[in-house]
Amino acid sequence: MRAIAETKSGSAHPTLILWLIIGWAGFFVFPWYGVEDSVFTFGWLFEGYPLDDDVAPVFFQGISGQKGWLLPHLIFLIGPIFALNRPRSDPLHAKILIICGALGFGWLIAQGFSIGIRGWNFGWQESLFGPLGDRQFGMGTGAMLVASAFLFILTQGIAARGAVNGDIFVVGAIGFVITIVAIFVFYPIFNMLTSAFVTQDNSYSISVFFEKFTDRRLWGLGCLQGGRCGAAWNSLVLAILVGMITTVLGLAFALVVTRTGFRFKRGLRALTVLPIITPPFVIGLAIILLFGLSGNVTRFVADTIGIAPTRWVYGMPGVLIAQVLAFTPIAFLVLIGVVEGVSPSMEEAAQTLRANRWETFRTVSLPLMRPGLANAFLLGFIESMADFGNPLVLGGNFDVLSTEIFFAIVGAQYDQGRAAVLALVLLAFTLGAFWAQRFWLGKKSYTTMTGKGDSGVHPLLPKGLAIPVYLVVGIWTIFTITIYTMIIYGSFVELWGVKNTLTFKHYITAFSIDFTQEGVRKYTGSAWDSFWTTLQIAAISAPLTAAVGLVTAYLLTRQNFAGKNSFEFGTMLSFAIPGTVIGVSYILAFNVPPLEITGTGVILVVSFIFRNMPVGVRAGIASMSQLDKSLDESSLTLGANSWQTFLNVILPLLKPAILAALVYSFVRAMTAISAVIFLVSAEYNMATSYIIGRVENNDYGLAIAYSTSLIIVMLAAVGLLQLLVGRTNIGRRHSQPSSKN
Amino acid sequence: MLNKNSKAASVSFHNVSKVYGNPTTGVRAVDDVSINIEAGTLVTLLGPSGCGKTTTLRMIAGLEMPTSGKVMIGDMDVTNLPATDRDVSMVFQSYALFPHMSVLENVSYGLKFSGFKKSEIQDRALAGLNLVGLDGYGDRLPSELSGGQQQRVAVARALVLEPQVLLFDEPLSNLDAKLRRRVREEIREIQQNLGLTVVYVTHDQEEALAVSDRIIVMNNAVIAQDGTPRDLYDAPANRFVADFIGEANILDCQIVSIEGNQALVELDGYNVRLPPRDNQVGPALLGVRPNRIVIGKPGAANSLAGEVVRVTYVGNHLELTIKTNAGELFATSDDVDAPLESGTKVSVTFAKNAPVLLKN
Repeated sequence: MRAIAETKSGSAHPTLILWLIIGWAGFFVFPWYGVEDSVFTFGWLFEGYPLDDDVAPVFFQGISGQKGWLLPHLIFLIGPIFALNRPRSDPLHAKILIICGALGFGWLIAQGFSIGIRGWNFGWQESLFGPLGDRQFGMGTGAMLVASAFLFILTQGIAARGAVNGDIFVVGAIGFVITIVAIFVFYPIFNMLTSAFVTQDNSYSISVFFEKFTDRRLWGLGCLQGGRCGAAWNSLVLAILVGMITTVLGLAFALVVTRTGFRFKRGLRALTVLPIITPPFVIGLAIILLFGLSGNVTRFVADTIGIAPTRWVYGMPGVLIAQVLAFTPIAFLVLIGVVEGVSPSMEEAAQTLRANRWETFRTVSLPLMRPGLANAFLLGFIESMADFGNPLVLGGNFDVLSTEIFFAIVGAQYDQGRAAVLALVLLAFTLGAFWAQRFWLGKKSYTTMTGKGDSGVHPLLPKGLAIPVYLVVGIWTIFTITIYTMIIYGSFVELWGVKNTLTFKHYITAFSIDFTQEGVRKYTGSAWDSFWTTLQIAAISAPLTAAVGLVTAYLLTRQNFAGKNSFEFGTMLSFAIPGTVIGVSYILAFNVPPLEITGTGVILVVSFIFRNMPVGVRAGIASMSQLDKSLDESSLTLGANSWQTFLNVILPLLKPAILAALVYSFVRAMTAISAVIFLVSAEYNMATSYIIGRVENNDYGLAIAYSTSLIIVMLAAVGLLQLLVGRTNIGRRHSQPSSKN
Repeated sequence: MLNKNSKAASVSFHNVSKVYGNPTTGVRAVDDVSINIEAGTLVTLLGPSGCGKTTTLRMIAGLEMPTSGKVMIGDMDVTNLPATDRDVSMVFQSYALFPHMSVLENVSYGLKFSGFKKSEIQDRALAGLNLVGLDGYGDRLPSELSGGQQQRVAVARALVLEPQVLLFDEPLSNLDAKLRRRVREEIREIQQNLGLTVVYVTHDQEEALAVSDRIIVMNNAVIAQDGTPRDLYDAPANRFVADFIGEANILDCQIVSIEGNQALVELDGYNVRLPPRDNQVGPALLGVRPNRIVIGKPGAANSLAGEVVRVTYVGNHLELTIKTNAGELFATSDDVDAPLESGTKVSVTFAKNAPVLLKN
């Protein structure tokens, strides 16, 4: 008969035992503090392990009598043993687990924050407990294992009390996502908020915030009288313009593809891939090649009409053009789904009610596209706000928030408080835009999918609208093709505008390989280091991003629990936070203990996970809501637990969403710049920040050659993954019966 | 392989309530319901949509947890046990076959998590397919089967686990009428051969009458009546049940007197003697089935005088609407050759033991 009898009565707790063992391993075996190299190289075993302070597990740290505050963890790791022989339904079982988990986790956090590199972190602690003759560094593997053990002991306790139908996996997953979002989204943002109030001598003051907040460089309106305006106004005006223009252009594209007899629709769709695989500042570079002082167009105009070359493109016009070019495809991507989603039968109904094509478009189609338009605007707005590369390359004297933040952190004027204040203003703008979008959409229903088969056909665009739309799309397309040709061509030109001979020089400088006689390869090109790092970081962060995103989507679509709405808000928040803000908040939060990860590859991976996770969540939610819930339920009633259900039923049916999330996060990790620029280090330099460095040295040739190589690598990656998607689909349709059983 | 099920267990609810949202102000989907389902019987939960029958079923499955009260399966309190840990399986309205697994993999799915050896999983799954008459379909994908076949795969998948309780959630609603009759007979046959405890949810009263040992009629989150199909049809407890199960004429009447187990009931001069069923002397409600109305020549003694208003020929019987002073009556007549036309004067009486007094 079914062997579930003993798990039912609930005295065996395999999951609990597993986490206890992990906790003990963290306590007794692994180094408590972070070690120099990766823990998996096991170099720490030879550096005085287990007694040397740097690599000792907490147990030895504690009994050597120095770091006595670490020993209490053991109490909470021993406690759960007393819960092992009690059935899950016993209230004492749950109580023991909750108390041990919560207190253990709490103690770990409290001691981590209280004691830093210089002993006590807070003055009042010193006056209360006396000076501490010791200090501690960032937490490492041991601490991480112990912390996860406490977290999952706590969630198992909560599950045993009957939360979410007593499901260990679901409660654990919720606890895990909440914890990582709290650590890597809320904590850095909150930390940044407080550092906006910190004065030079490390005390808190509101006046210092107001002093920095009311700075003329931030809110000045000098440009109205021919001077310079503040960065906040510049950013805001630029973002609104970019949002509006990209939305209109994106809509024009979407209309051409769905509602005209245009023949090269596939070609237009291919454009949507471009922004994803193009590093954002590359467009800016191409603009310089065209309109800069020695740009093609500038020289042509100077030679034929005799207008002296000016630097007009450096500033608002150049940044605007570059951003519109870079972000229009994103608006297109959003709007094409929406334009296609408008139910044709509604439009047909309008036509049978004697509306002509123009009236139908104006009164039915367009209003139904409203959520899409709002989303497209919002995306353009946020992307423009966060964009770092184009303003840096083209900005000239046109200061925007993202570059100002950068210079406040890395410039000569190093001013952490000012960076925090600027980041807060930026954050306020984007969150404000989010709120405004919600407000504008209101509570109206825009549901156009009726769930019934819709055999209607979209009406064609009215003539009066079709002609301008074609015109706009045509000009834009030619412009884009020119830009990308410029990029490829530019990578072969010796020195643009000065020495126009063709050469492979830039590629050789960047990617040369020396073969010695023994056949040993040496990567001598200057770009290889950052290239491999980028590939490695992208390859690590992509699957993690997809995993976290899909688990979150599963929790949001499939489970009901208290606080689900705030949970959703928390996981989507990082989407509204510009990369620049993430970057600043991460270096402020993570270059001191307890989590000291700046300068490592970990911080890059973590920042990518939380930057790109919302896309994985959205993709997962979209496909999961198409899977009937009875599939999960039948799996549950057939005796599979929710983890087995997730693994055997949900995941196999989600392959397309998984691949989409993988592609997106992989490619995004390779092209991202705004957060990355703050987080790279000598050891972990990313391709994009390396390229920006070249640009700042006016080494345009190398920068463009590197960018072109990146674009080609990513095209290959996208193609490869799309091939995989295709294959899985066929595999599913003709799925072979398994012959194993 | 699939023998008479020795594991079949009883199911009981003790004052179970399920409230969605706020416990005091939220929607009460099930309100203080107590039921007892004996082992080895097929019990149907019947009612209009939104009456709480599916919620009740899902609480037996462990897919919903009661807000208050106690659920027992056999001798075990399962109130807070999640679905995974209950020995219950369920056939879903949508069948919920896993589209990415073959038929055999679908049927083996639950066995995989029950600690059987691989060879035994295979044997049991094949036996299950054999039981529902789908030998040789194991390698197909669900999308390659007809609706009826998919339904049987869903049944086989639930059956092979030999659960303590087998649940059906409107299993036939996606089948056409002819197939529905055949499949429900098959389900009943398997249930009786294997001695399973089955809880079956439907909103189709004919289906409920055909398959059940007992029917629990639910309305507005509470039990309206609980009894055998014959009890419910012949002696509905109240107006709702009379109306919901089969068709019924519900008439206002007057109880003149009650003597022991006989009440004298009067309708516009027509007198009937009936069991009083807790009614008191005074106005009351009388229910009578359309096929138990006897139509005679006008002017007969102790009868209702009426006039035929509408006659509809529906093949194997006539449907008549007759106007009387006690109200409009809906009647059926097997005598399809009777010369009844609209406007014909008739007398109406009720067959013996046919009418029942309804509790309010």
